[in-house]
Amino acid sequence: MLCIKDLRVAVGGEAILHGLTLSIPAGEAHAVMGPNGAGKSTLSYALAGRPGYDVTGGSVTLAGEDLLALDPSQRAERGVFLSFQYPTEIPGVPALTFIRSALNAQRRARGEAEISAPDFLRLVREKAAALKVDFDMLKRPINVGFSGGEKKRMEIIQMAVFSPRLAILDETDSGLDIDALKIVADGVNALRSPDRAMLIITHYQRLLDYVRPDRVHVLAGGRIVASGGADLAHELEREGYDKYAAVPA
Amino acid sequence: MSSLARAIETGDLTQLPSRRDEDWRWTDLRGLIRVLPPASQVSAWPPGPGPFDGLADQEWLIVNGRGERWLSLAAGEQRTVALRVLAAPGAGAHAARLEIDIEDGASLTLLESYEGQSADYVVETDISISLGNKASLDRVVVGADHAMGVSVSRARVPLGRGSRFGQTVLTFGARRQRLETIVDHPGAGAMARLDGVYLLGDQRHADITTLVTHQGVGGSTDQLVKGVVADQARGVFQGRIVVSRGADKTDARMGHHALILSDRAEVDAKPELEIYADDVACAHGNTVGALDEEALFYAASRGIGPDEARAMLTEAFVGEVIDRIAHQGARGRLRLLVAEHLRGRR
Repeated sequence: MLCIKDLRVAVGGEAILHGLTLSIPAGEAHAVMGPNGAGKSTLSYALAGRPGYDVTGGSVTLAGEDLLALDPSQRAERGVFLSFQYPTEIPGVPALTFIRSALNAQRRARGEAEISAPDFLRLVREKAAALKVDFDMLKRPINVGFSGGEKKRMEIIQMAVFSPRLAILDETDSGLDIDALKIVADGVNALRSPDRAMLIITHYQRLLDYVRPDRVHVLAGGRIVASGGADLAHELEREGYDKYAAVPA
Repeated sequence: MSSLARAIETGDLTQLPSRRDEDWRWTDLRGLIRVLPPASQVSAWPPGPGPFDGLADQEWLIVNGRGERWLSLAAGEQRTVALRVLAAPGAGAHAARLEIDIEDGASLTLLESYEGQSADYVVETDISISLGNKASLDRVVVGADHAMGVSVSRARVPLGRGSRFGQTVLTFGARRQRLETIVDHPGAGAMARLDGVYLLGDQRHADITTLVTHQGVGGSTDQLVKGVVADQARGVFQGRIVVSRGADKTDARMGHHALILSDRAEVDAKPELEIYADDVACAHGNTVGALDEEALFYAASRGIGPDEARAMLTEAFVGEVIDRIAHQGARGRLRLLVAEHLRGRR
């Protein structure tokens, strides 16, 4: 589904990713773990197309289509979803309005009819209930004044509503207490599907206790330096990233 | 008579307000107008639909400066009036003076629109509105002038004791356009709210100028003006609140906030609080910025394209002002006008 080859990314003229190669088949969830500064967030932003993250080499395809040629909203239309580490507050735009505009923009771009208001409300109500989010919160401006945990749940509600082909979870466990972590993990697990790929970016293995990845990759110095099964996460948790820090970039 | 009205009546261009006049330095008419258009003619053109259709008890039409000059509400009366000031085909130069008398305890909702249905006009509309004791006026103004029109509207509003005056202007600018409000504030429990929104593109110009003079104890003025300028447009905000000696316990708040969406667009702002009394609560804030890039990317990452994301954020930005309109129908109409404008359907 997702195929990244020799990806090189610079931010503000500084090279951060130095030839990253990674493939995630449909139906699989892969974790990318690494120390701070390894380039984890750069990877997620580069995949989503954030301005200022300049791709200087390599390729990224989603189901065979060149992602790098598309602007961020077009990537979302093709089924890329990034759950932000720090979701953005947008004053004056109620969450329901925002999510409905986004869903309809994606549907229009795919040549589908816009969703009706009752169908939309039914859909969001169901997803909010699953994530134990009070529906009234969706009437408030999106993310404004929400706690860290509420923002992350709002991200997972959106992921559930949009039903993306590629879900990128950037440090989704950060800022969550154990109860919220379980709720969010249940939400993520509910979205695991044979026609969806997941990329879970995390510093700690905590989330991976609940969302068991098919593969674990170690990102250090701007490239993948080791890959393994789910047990690799535990090994990293025990032994830390020190032995990978020595690998030259 | 204003200098513009004198110029229109005498044809003497040197009378036009110019950049040498402190209050007009950002809305120079003398430098703009080389030849005045001919005097406005009677128009037989049907006025067509207006922005407030269906909301008012009474429609008051001023077409090319012609129409009823006077409106009066008896003590205790309540009325909603749609005042449509049209520059219809045949419009050239004219100055119109209107008078509104709202007696004690009466309540007027004035839904006012400036509609440019032809181009190349130079028009002044001067409205005197006297507001009796404990009377109330809700004034909602839409500036829908033609891109090639020159339009100045001035309202002079002396407030009665304990009266309430709420105003919201929504304008899309013109070749040159100024919406001016002058409030004589007696204090005495009277309340004034003077809000505005300008949304300008292309080479349009809009000037929102207000002057409030607090002359007595215990009055309040609350002002929130927001604007968005794109392309080569220019927005002007001149807000002045004077608190005279002895006008103690005055509460005055002024905020002006603008977004500039292009390198060639411009906003000129002069917020002024002039305070000669001792015991007052006054505050003002003025900011100019750009749309939040983080929010634009967040929206884009969810599939909302750049045009719609900008429209959505702009709508939210000015929505704070629109939400303060008391009249529910007018509030809905203005929300719709903003939404349609931002999505290029007007």
